[in-house]
Amino acid sequence: MTAIKNGIQSVTGFFSTRPGKIAFYVVLALFTLLMPVYFQSVGNAFMVRIFALVGIYVLLALGLNIVVGYAGLLNLGYIAFYAVGAYAGMNLGFLMQELLMGLGFLGEKPENWSYWALLPFAAVPGAVAGIMIGGPVLRLRGDYLAIVTLGFGEIVRIAITNNIGGITNGASGLPAIGQRVAPVAGQEWARLNLSSGNFIFSKDLYWYYIIVALVLFAVLVITRLDNSRLGRAWVAMREDEVAAASVGVNILTTKLWAFALGAAWGGIAGHTYAYWVGFISPESFNFMESVLVVCMVVLGGMGSIPGTILGAVIITAAPEVIRAMAASPAFSGILTAEQASLVGDYRFLIFGGLMVVMMAIRPQGILPSKRRARELHPVDEKVLAQENQQLWEAEHKHNTDSDIL
Amino acid sequence: MLKVNDIHTFYGKIEALKGISIEVQEGEIVTLIGANGAGKSTTLKTISGQLAPLHGSIEFLGEAISGMPSHAVTAKHVIQVPEGRRIFPQMSVRENLDMGAFLRNDKEGIAEDLEKVLDLFPRLRERLAQKGGTLSGGEQQMLAIARGMMARPKLLMLDEPSMGLAPVIVDVIFETIKRLNEAGTTILLVEQNAAMALQVAHRGYVLETGSVVLQGGGTELLRNEQVRKTYLGEV
Repeated sequence: MTAIKNGIQSVTGFFSTRPGKIAFYVVLALFTLLMPVYFQSVGNAFMVRIFALVGIYVLLALGLNIVVGYAGLLNLGYIAFYAVGAYAGMNLGFLMQELLMGLGFLGEKPENWSYWALLPFAAVPGAVAGIMIGGPVLRLRGDYLAIVTLGFGEIVRIAITNNIGGITNGASGLPAIGQRVAPVAGQEWARLNLSSGNFIFSKDLYWYYIIVALVLFAVLVITRLDNSRLGRAWVAMREDEVAAASVGVNILTTKLWAFALGAAWGGIAGHTYAYWVGFISPESFNFMESVLVVCMVVLGGMGSIPGTILGAVIITAAPEVIRAMAASPAFSGILTAEQASLVGDYRFLIFGGLMVVMMAIRPQGILPSKRRARELHPVDEKVLAQENQQLWEAEHKHNTDSDIL
Repeated sequence: MLKVNDIHTFYGKIEALKGISIEVQEGEIVTLIGANGAGKSTTLKTISGQLAPLHGSIEFLGEAISGMPSHAVTAKHVIQVPEGRRIFPQMSVRENLDMGAFLRNDKEGIAEDLEKVLDLFPRLRERLAQKGGTLSGGEQQMLAIARGMMARPKLLMLDEPSMGLAPVIVDVIFETIKRLNEAGTTILLVEQNAAMALQVAHRGYVLETGSVVLQGGGTELLRNEQVRKTYLGEV
């Protein structure tokens, strides 16, 4: 036992030194950048798509982490922003294409710039939707907020299903017959110039790198945000709204910023997903998707960027990886294909169970932020006992003669 | 400096303040005393913007501030040290103090004020890295006042600073209030501990069920027979 423990400690010890950290990041970067190339080269296009899908969910989880992890506002309708981003992106794309064709800019060989042209604005529809839901629920907290946001998510999904405004094409999804999502500019170039022999630089691979770039951008922006004045305001608000207001935090705008900035990433993810897959329908934006994204944030560690990413990777990739493993000869002895697909079918049950276990043994998540860990789970039992004693005393003191008026 | 004119504040249908008028001059310590439910804290919360008055006006340095949200009132350097201390429990003492200067941008001024409040409360200097929630009640009160001072208040409003504290600590807190005032901070103090409050205050208002029933100088009120009977426990 002690040998194993020492082994683990020497491994974790290595990774907390500077060269260890660098080695870890290099390996991680190589894995992220090259694994899909490997899968593509062996003709496993499915795994490339899984990698890209994981990236989309990482973006979503990072966005939701702003609302849930930083500002402490539980949002169970987050997927609505993803939907808004996707539908806005596609519809604006169609408009743009018509406009360009009308002006004679799109010649015989159509090249669609609308993804790139709209990307800088992709955050806008999401953010606007974020403010629209954020505004009316500013006074709600905790469970009440969760219920209202859940309702909002369903409203958006049902509105889309009912072809609201005639722009969503209802349950049949977009693009409708006659509409077309042209391949994104540059994609053809990559396919022609980066392919060699049997290896084809596929559409999915192309999108995978776009998504990786977006995730890096998100991490950069959100890290800066976390260390900003707004980030501090969020922490203060999460800890005590009255005290935060008394030191001058504008609770109203601080909450709205959280909703808007969180939703913006949902919008960007939706926009990207729509152009990558080329088809969107209301099924992709159901309530369980919202729940999955919340699970990612909670599992990985609320308020922690590495944790959120890890959570998204685990929850998105786990069922697929298990399925893929069952298909490979090395594991066929242990796990049959049927058993593996059961894992996929029962994944919500498994994740639900996992959440319960997590709440019991590690409520702060797998890779928690330091501050959140302290809030949710003091590490040392002794410290815990001491803190509880002090908190009890403090509580008790001001409860003795609390004055309602 | 502060003029509160006939404010009426409601909790739902309950009229908690039935026309309160008070005034605070620059450099004063003014105290509001009264029993539970008299409306002391409500008055403070109405001034600080946590509650909005239905009628009446609040003026600070000639500017109407009634109905403004809390953060806007804070921006006018009218700082409330809330009831029950309300420090940020998971932030370190240092972070709590930094939060106090949230609306300020003058780095040098903030550093200067940090030194000042740490000189005022040496206990906090020893515990700069400790998180707020692990401090004792007295230390938390010191931190709450220090956090308020970090905003460079023109008017500091203290809501029940002695609540739940040991008598020794209460003495320290009141001593500090006096020193802050001598250094130039105007203070509006809400207290249940009427004797202590009237000893440090220049003037006081006695509140009963949402109205001012008596007002006068601190020592004057201390000698007032009605006050002695009702609030100082003399028979």
